[in-house]
Amino acid sequence: MEREKTKSGLERQIEENLKKVYKKTIEEDVPDRFAELLKQLKEQDATK
Amino acid sequence: MNRNAADAASDPRDEIVDHLPAMRAFALSLTRNGTAADDLVQDTIVKAWKNIDKFSAGTNMRAWLFTILRNTFYSDRRKSKREVADVDGAMAATLSQKPDHDGRMALADFEAVFTELPSEQREALMLVGAMGFSYEEAAETCEVAVGTIKSRVNRGRLRLTELLGLVDDEELELTDKSTMAVVNATLTSKRHIA
Repeated sequence: MEREKTKSGLERQIEENLKKVYKKTIEEDVPDRFAELLKQLKEQDATK
Repeated sequence: MNRNAADAASDPRDEIVDHLPAMRAFALSLTRNGTAADDLVQDTIVKAWKNIDKFSAGTNMRAWLFTILRNTFYSDRRKSKREVADVDGAMAATLSQKPDHDGRMALADFEAVFTELPSEQREALMLVGAMGFSYEEAAETCEVAVGTIKSRVNRGRLRLTELLGLVDDEELELTDKSTMAVVNATLTSKRHIA
C-alpha cells in the first residue's frame, strides 16, 4: 500500500491501462488447438 | 513408460495448461498480432514439453515458459529480420482522440501507442506493470540485469507519456502549490510594502 501511495498518478494510469490490455486477452477463451496439441504430445510420449 | 506413478502424478507439464491465457497475452504483447501470438504459444508449448527436464520443480513455471516464449520470439525475428525497424520504435500512432480533460486516456489510444514501443519495453512493461512480476522476476525471465529491466520500464513509461501527451496529476498539484507559494509570497511582500 505504501508503494501505491508513492506511485505518481501517471504511473498509476499507465499501470491501469496495461492491466486492462492484459485482462482483455486472458479473459478470451483459449483456442482448442492448444488442448489438442497437449493431448497429441502426451500421446506421443505414451507410445515412445 | 519409464516414469513411476508418483512422477506421472506430479508431471509439471500438466501445469502448462494453467499458463496458457497468460502466455497468449505475453505473446500478443510481443507479436502484436493474434495469429502470430498463438503460433508463438504453440511453438513454446512444444519446446517446453520436450525440455521439461530443464525445468526445476518448485520454481516459477510461468517465468520459465515466458523465457522460452520470448527466446523463440527473438530468434524467429532474427531469422526473418522483418521487424528490424521496431527496435527504434516506430512513428507515434495516430490518436483517435485527445486525452480527456482530466488527462486520462482512452484504452484504444493506449493500445495503439503501446504497440509502437520497442519490444524490449513492451515486454518489461507487460511483466512488471500488468502481470505484477517483481523487477527481479522480470529480469530473470528476460535474462538481463535488474537495472536493465528497470530502465526499460522507465523508458517505456516515459515514451507512453510523451506519445499520449499525458499530464501527471501530482506534478500539476505540485506546480499549483509552488505557484501558490509564489503568489502568496508576492501578496505578502506587497502587503508589507503597502
